[in-house]
Amino acid sequence: MIHFVILLSRQGKVRLTKWYSPYQQKERATVIRELSGLILSRGPKLCNFVEWKGYKVVYRRYASLYFCMCIDQDDNELEILEIIHHFVEILDRYFGSVCELDLIFNFHKAYYILDEILIAGELQESSKKTVARLIAAQDTMVETAKEEAGSISNMISQAM
Amino acid sequence: MNPFSSGTRLRDMIKAIRACKTAAEERAVVRKECAAIRSSISENDQDYSHRNIAKLMFIHMLGYPTHFGQMECLKLIASAGFPEKRIGYLGLMLLLDERQEVLMLVTNSLKQDLGHTNQYIVGLALCALGNICSAEMARDLAPEVERLLLTRDPNIKKKAALCSIRIIRKVPDLAENFSSPATSLLKEKHHGVLIAGVQLCTDLCKVSEDASNHLRKNCTEGLVRILKDICNSPYAPEYDIAGITDPFLHIRVLRLLRMLGHGDADTSEYINDILAQVASKTESNKNAGNAILYECVETIMGIEATSGLRVLAINILGRFLSNRDNNIRYVALNMLMKAISVDSQAVQRHRTTILECVKDSDASIRKRALELVFLLVNDTNAKPLTKELIDYLEVSDQDFKGDLTSKICSIIEKFSQEKKWYIDQMVKVLSLAGNYVKDNVWHALIVAISNAPDLQGYSVRSLYKAFQLSSEQVSLVQVTIWCIGEYGEMLVNNVGVLQVEEPMTVTESDAVDVLESCLTHHSTDITTQSMCLIALLKLSSRFPPSSGRVKEIITTHIGSVVLELQQRAIEFNSIIQRHQNIKSSLVERMPVLDESTFISKRAGSSQANISTEKSNQQLPSGASLKLSNGVAKPAASPLVDLLDLSLDDTPVPTSTSNDFLHDLLDVGLTNSSSSASGTDILMDLLSIGTPVQSNTTPENGSSIKGFNDILPIAKPNTATVQVVDLLDGLASNGSHPGAQSPVHPSITAYQSSTLKITFSFTKQPDKPQVTQIHATFMNLSSEAYTDFIFQAAVPKFIQLHLDPANSNHLPASGNGRITQTFTITNTQHGQKPLAMRIRIAYKVSNQERLEQGQINNFPPGL
Repeated sequence: MIHFVILLSRQGKVRLTKWYSPYQQKERATVIRELSGLILSRGPKLCNFVEWKGYKVVYRRYASLYFCMCIDQDDNELEILEIIHHFVEILDRYFGSVCELDLIFNFHKAYYILDEILIAGELQESSKKTVARLIAAQDTMVETAKEEAGSISNMISQAM
Repeated sequence: MNPFSSGTRLRDMIKAIRACKTAAEERAVVRKECAAIRSSISENDQDYSHRNIAKLMFIHMLGYPTHFGQMECLKLIASAGFPEKRIGYLGLMLLLDERQEVLMLVTNSLKQDLGHTNQYIVGLALCALGNICSAEMARDLAPEVERLLLTRDPNIKKKAALCSIRIIRKVPDLAENFSSPATSLLKEKHHGVLIAGVQLCTDLCKVSEDASNHLRKNCTEGLVRILKDICNSPYAPEYDIAGITDPFLHIRVLRLLRMLGHGDADTSEYINDILAQVASKTESNKNAGNAILYECVETIMGIEATSGLRVLAINILGRFLSNRDNNIRYVALNMLMKAISVDSQAVQRHRTTILECVKDSDASIRKRALELVFLLVNDTNAKPLTKELIDYLEVSDQDFKGDLTSKICSIIEKFSQEKKWYIDQMVKVLSLAGNYVKDNVWHALIVAISNAPDLQGYSVRSLYKAFQLSSEQVSLVQVTIWCIGEYGEMLVNNVGVLQVEEPMTVTESDAVDVLESCLTHHSTDITTQSMCLIALLKLSSRFPPSSGRVKEIITTHIGSVVLELQQRAIEFNSIIQRHQNIKSSLVERMPVLDESTFISKRAGSSQANISTEKSNQQLPSGASLKLSNGVAKPAASPLVDLLDLSLDDTPVPTSTSNDFLHDLLDVGLTNSSSSASGTDILMDLLSIGTPVQSNTTPENGSSIKGFNDILPIAKPNTATVQVVDLLDGLASNGSHPGAQSPVHPSITAYQSSTLKITFSFTKQPDKPQVTQIHATFMNLSSEAYTDFIFQAAVPKFIQLHLDPANSNHLPASGNGRITQTFTITNTQHGQKPLAMRIRIAYKVSNQERLEQGQINNFPPGL
C-alpha cells in the first residue's frame, strides 16, 4: 500500500501531504525533513527510487514540484510512477496546465482530487474521465449550495 | 458580521503569508490569523467556518499547531450542507490522525452520512473512514460498509471496497464478512469497481486462509477472463495509457493471480497461458508496459511455473538489465535477487551485465548490483569476479569503497581455496583500500599467515613490496609490520621462495628502515607505532648485527609523551641492554594461532568486540581479544603479557586489565561470594601455573604451555630480579610495609592439616580502597616443601598486585616461614567485601601437591 504522499517544492516547502498510515504529528515532521534531504539532493539522472527505513520511496519531479509516494518493499515501483503520472494528468486537466501556484492557492481542491484517486493507500479509479466527472459534479453541488445560501441571505437582508 | 473576524479570504491569507520575507514575519501573520480563527470559532460563527477550516488547513501544512480547530471540523461534519461536510471531512483527515481520541466522536456523524441519500455525501464518509478510521470505528461501522458494497452505484461500490480494505487491515477478524461481497465485485464491468474489488480480494488473501481458498476455487476463472479481455481489447480511450488498456487493472489482477497460484500447482497451471500471453504481448518501450512486465515476472517467479515460463521471465529481466532507463535496471536487479533462489543458473548467464552495473553512476544501482554479485559468487567464478571487483575498487567512489571493500573481503574469505590466492588478494585489497578494511579482516589474514608456514616467506615479501607502494593504508602497514617482525629473517634470507616470485634482496637494514620510517612518519597512529616498537625488538633478536641500531631507535622513544610508547621503549631498551640471555626466548616465533578457535571466537565474541571498542587504543591487544584469548596476540601483547605475568605493578593501565577481566571473568563472577558458578572460571585461570593477577591468560592449554616454556615461572628468583629491575624508579606500594598503622586484625586465611596461611593487613589512611596484605605461610607437616607457589584470584571489582615471595622453600613443622606481600584495591570499597580464591602448589618428596581454598573471612571495611 501507499503509506503517504508528499508534494515538495524545490526549496523543500511542503505543498500537500496525505498520510494513509498512522504517523503522529511529530513523526510526520521528522519524516518530511528526512525525505526532503534525501530526495532533493539526488541528481537528475539517478533512478526514481530511494530506499528509506525499510520502505521504498518513489518520486518524480514535475517542473518545480517533487511528487513522492512511500510504498512497501514488495510493491511495484513502476506502477507507482504511473499512479503519480495519473494524478498529475488529472490535476492538469482540472486546472488547465497546472502549475505550482495553482496547487498553493487551491490546495483543498488538490486534496479533493487526490481523494478521488486514492483511498486507504490504494488506487481507486483508473479512468481520468470518471474522476473529472465526479469532481465536477461535487463542485457543482458546492456552487449550488453557495448560491442558495447567498440568495436566502439576500432575501433576509432585503427583508430587514 | 463578526467584528473579530479577520474577514480575509483564504486567497488573501495565502498571499499575505507568501509575501513574508522572514520566518518571524510569517509567524506574526499566522498568529494573527489563528487568533481571529479562534475567536470566530468561539463565537460559533457559521458563515465563516468553511473559510476558517480552510485557512487552518493551510496553516497546518506550514507546520504550526492547530488542535483548536479539531472540534470545529466535527461541527462542520455534523452540519447539513454539502460544502460544509466536504471541508469538514477534509479537515478531519488532515488535522487528525487515528490515534487521537477526538476521532471517536465522529463515529455517529459517519454512521448517519453513510446512510445518506446523497451519494456524494456517502462517498465523503466512505473516503474519510477509509483513510483514517481506528480499529474501534472500523468495528462499529463495518456493517454499514458491508451493506454499501452491494449498492448499484459504482462510485459508492468502489469506495466501499477500498474502505473495507482498511477495515480488514485494522480488524482482521471481520474478514469473513467481506468474503462473499468481494467475490461478487469481481463480476462487475466498471473498471474502478474491478480495481477496488481485486485489491480487496488480494488483501483478503493476505489476511485469511479461508478467503484465499474460497477465492482460488471460485474466482480464478473470472480473473483470467478479465485479464484476457483487457489484454486483447481494442483501443479504449477512457482507460488507455501508452497504448495499453488500463495497465493498473492488469497489474492488480496479476498480483491477485500470484497470491492464488502461490504454492498451488493446479491454479498455476491454469494461469500459465495467460501469463505467457501477457509476457510476450506487452510492449516494453513505455513505463506502463514495463510495469506490467515487471508484475508479470514477479508473478511467474511467485507461482509454480513451468520452466519455459521461467526462462521467459529471466529473459525479460535480462532485457531490462540492458535498458538505458535507470529505473528499469534498478527494478531488474531487484528482481534478479529474488530469481536467484528460483533459478540461479539462468541468472549466472547475466553476470557480466550485472558486473557492469556495479560500475554504474547511480548509487542505488551500484548498491543493488553489488549485493547481487555477492549472491552470485560461487566456487567457479569467485576468482574472476574478485579480480573484476578489485580492479573496480581502484577507481570507485569514496563512499562506495567501504561497502565494496567489505563485500570483497567476505568473498575472498568465503571462497578462497588456496592460501596463496587468499594472501594475494588480501594484500591487493589492503593496498588499495586498507583504510576501509575492518580490523577483524586483517586479523584473519594474520591468523591465516601464521597457519601457513610455507607461505610465510612469500607473504612477508609480498607485504614488503606492497608497503613500498602504498604505505598510507593503515591496515596494510600494520600487517606488514607484524610480519616483518615475526618473519624478518625469512624476508632477508629469502626463505621459502616460490617459483612465481621475482628475486628480491632485502637487507637487514632495509627491514629496519621500514620499521623506522613507520615509527617516525607523522601520520602513523599510536597503535601502529606500538606495533613498530615490538617488531623492532623482535628484529633485534633475529638480526643480531642490527641490534645496536634497533636499540638506538628504541631509545629515541624513551622520552615519548605518549605513555604507551614510553613504557614500551623503556622496557624493550632494558631487555636489550641487560637481558640478552632471555631476549631471544622472549621474542621467539609466535605459536600458531588456532584458526578454528579464532573463527568461532570471532563469531561469538560480540561482547569482546564491545569491550574492545571501549578499551584504550594503545594496545592492539584490544584486537587480540577477538583472537583466541590469550594466545599470540599480534605484535605487542605476547611480550607485554609475559612481562605482566612476572611483574606486579606494571603501569599497564588498569582499564585494559579490567577489560581482560571483564571478558574472562564476566561469565561467572558477579559476586565475590558466589562460589559454585565462579569455580570453573577461576579454575581455568589458576591452571596456568603462573601467579595470577588482574590480567590473566585463560584456558587455552596448548598455547599456555608455550608461555611456560618461554618463561619458566617456577623460578621466582629470576622473576624477582626482573621485577626489581623494572620496578626501578617506579613507586610501588608493596615496598613500604608497616609504614602505616595496622587498622584491621590479622586473620588465619587458610588452614589445613598441612599448611597454614595468615594474613595481616595494613592500610594507608588516605587510600581507603587500597590494602596491603602480608601473607605468612607455615608448613604444618613433617616434610619440607619445595617449589612453593602461591596464587590468588579475585573478583572483577578488585585489583590484585602480587609481590614475589621471599623464598619458595618451606621447611617442615613450622621451622621457617615464607612471606609474601600483595596489594589489593577494592573499587567497590564499602559496598562489597573482599573475597579471594587461593591455590598453593608445592612439591613434597618430588611429588606435586595442590591445595585450594577460598578466603571469606576478611575483616569488614577492607
